[in-house]
Amino acid sequence: MTSTNKLLLEAKGITKYFGTITALENVNLKVHEGECLGVVGDNGAGKSTLMKVLSGLYKPSQGALFFEGEEKVLESPKDSQILGLEMVYQDLALAGNLPIGENIFLGREPTKNIGFLKFLDFKKIQEMTNAHLDKLKINVKSADQKVEELSGGQRQAVAIARSTAFNAKVVIMDEPTAALAIKEVGKVLDLINKLKSTGVGVIVISHRMDDIFSVCDRVMALFQGTNFAEAQLDKTSRDEVIGWIMGKK
Amino acid sequence: MEEKDKKQESLYVKLIPYFEKYGILLLLVIMILVMHILQPDVFLSWRNVTNVFKQISWQSMLALGVFMVIVTAGIDLSVGSIMMLSLMILAIVAKAGAPWFVVALVPLFAGLLCGLINGLGITLLRMPHPFIMTLGTLYIFRGTGNLISGGTPISGFTDEVRYLGHGRIDLTWLGLEKSQYLPVSLVLIAVVYFVFWVFLNHSRTGKWIYAIGGNPSAARASGINVNKILIIVYSLCGFLSGIGALILAGRTDSGYPNAGLQSELDAIAACIIGGASFFGGRGTVLGVFAGVMIMGILRNGLNLMDVSSFWQQVLIGSIIVLAVYVDVLRRDFGTRK
Repeated sequence: MTSTNKLLLEAKGITKYFGTITALENVNLKVHEGECLGVVGDNGAGKSTLMKVLSGLYKPSQGALFFEGEEKVLESPKDSQILGLEMVYQDLALAGNLPIGENIFLGREPTKNIGFLKFLDFKKIQEMTNAHLDKLKINVKSADQKVEELSGGQRQAVAIARSTAFNAKVVIMDEPTAALAIKEVGKVLDLINKLKSTGVGVIVISHRMDDIFSVCDRVMALFQGTNFAEAQLDKTSRDEVIGWIMGKK
Repeated sequence: MEEKDKKQESLYVKLIPYFEKYGILLLLVIMILVMHILQPDVFLSWRNVTNVFKQISWQSMLALGVFMVIVTAGIDLSVGSIMMLSLMILAIVAKAGAPWFVVALVPLFAGLLCGLINGLGITLLRMPHPFIMTLGTLYIFRGTGNLISGGTPISGFTDEVRYLGHGRIDLTWLGLEKSQYLPVSLVLIAVVYFVFWVFLNHSRTGKWIYAIGGNPSAARASGINVNKILIIVYSLCGFLSGIGALILAGRTDSGYPNAGLQSELDAIAACIIGGASFFGGRGTVLGVFAGVMIMGILRNGLNLMDVSSFWQQVLIGSIIVLAVYVDVLRRDFGTRK
């Protein structure tokens, strides 16, 4: 299914230095419409750095990003959002002191403008939040609940809802199930499948083979900041992927 | 049984936000009642109430500025010095014979500029914590104020310049006596607090200020320009300190070297008593107002009762510790375990 679908995002020859440390070296990555790419690797393999490059949080030292075939330079996460590239961070990047709705639309709040003053349109935020949560079948007591009052799974759901609130084309998820209770994992994986079925390209970074093998179509392994191995999911096995993570082929 | 527990819990959970919002006002009301009982003839008299508002007028400006900074999980130790420097600049410009509107606007610009310097230092120089930058400017601004004035008081401003701090709104048309006037500074407090309440709660920038305090990396990841917002916040804090200087000029008719000495600590205390969290993202404009009022009423009440100012220090310190402890207890009940 993957090679026939439209190519959404491609990273070519990404290299990232932090001072004298080479976090990534000549890394390539592709993701297509409606495809889920799993990215695996040990701690320090460069997964999170790669994702931060893709989301515009870090600028690559070398290499280029192509979005729908066009080269793009991302100066900030705002640029990637404009392209339809969204990130769900491992630490969820939610402000616990704000309600669910305001978190979902943080940085992109609907406003009523009076001159140059931008006032929040709370009613619209509430309506849009409820509609969006309904669409994704996410249940919460109320959109006005503060995020710090939610469970880990609910927070993850809010983070995913946040990433898809503005017609995202590619959603990147960093360890989406790592902090969850087992019964909540299934709901998050269902959400990922729902996104795929609407044509969204999903990149999942995970340590959990169960996650990779239940939602991904393709898996790639990073090892010490480089591309180590890659395969369609039906052409590989759990044991082989675990071997890749440890640097064995 | 279980059903009943649930019901009680949900009632409790429902009450928490109200307590969080209005608990501090309750404390304020209790204090007013206690003072009234202790000083029934004087405390709630027109003269004394307007006095309290005149006394807290400039502190309330500093506290509001520091509050915004604290919401971002920062701190501004320089507000007292900003106010003093702005006041000295005002005095020098006034002495040079500038027209009154120039004299009145100069401290506002000076305050804004000082705040901008703080904001730029914290963001561009990447100071590890705002404490350090504003500790530095606490000395720098006060030193500059002394340098330009020679460290001596400069007195004598026109009535227009003194209007905000000293002006009276006559209420005889309401059938009140001549002594029952409304201080202009009281109206100013109301207007400024209302404007900043709207700004913090209803504007997009205000929401981002809270978001930065709640989780700066979330704000950054959401595409919010965190540094820009911080620069705005510190600049506004300086601007409010400039308003404080203009009020103080009106009240004292003089620029003097000790103006605002240690008032940054009063401002921080008012925010903390009013329920702002040092970890950022928490606190309300109404709470800060209550915090300022509580400190003002305490000082005023103790003065009326001839209690020494040393005891005032002890009591204010105790209230800070007590208020935060109540907050800690509340959070223990309120948060999810």
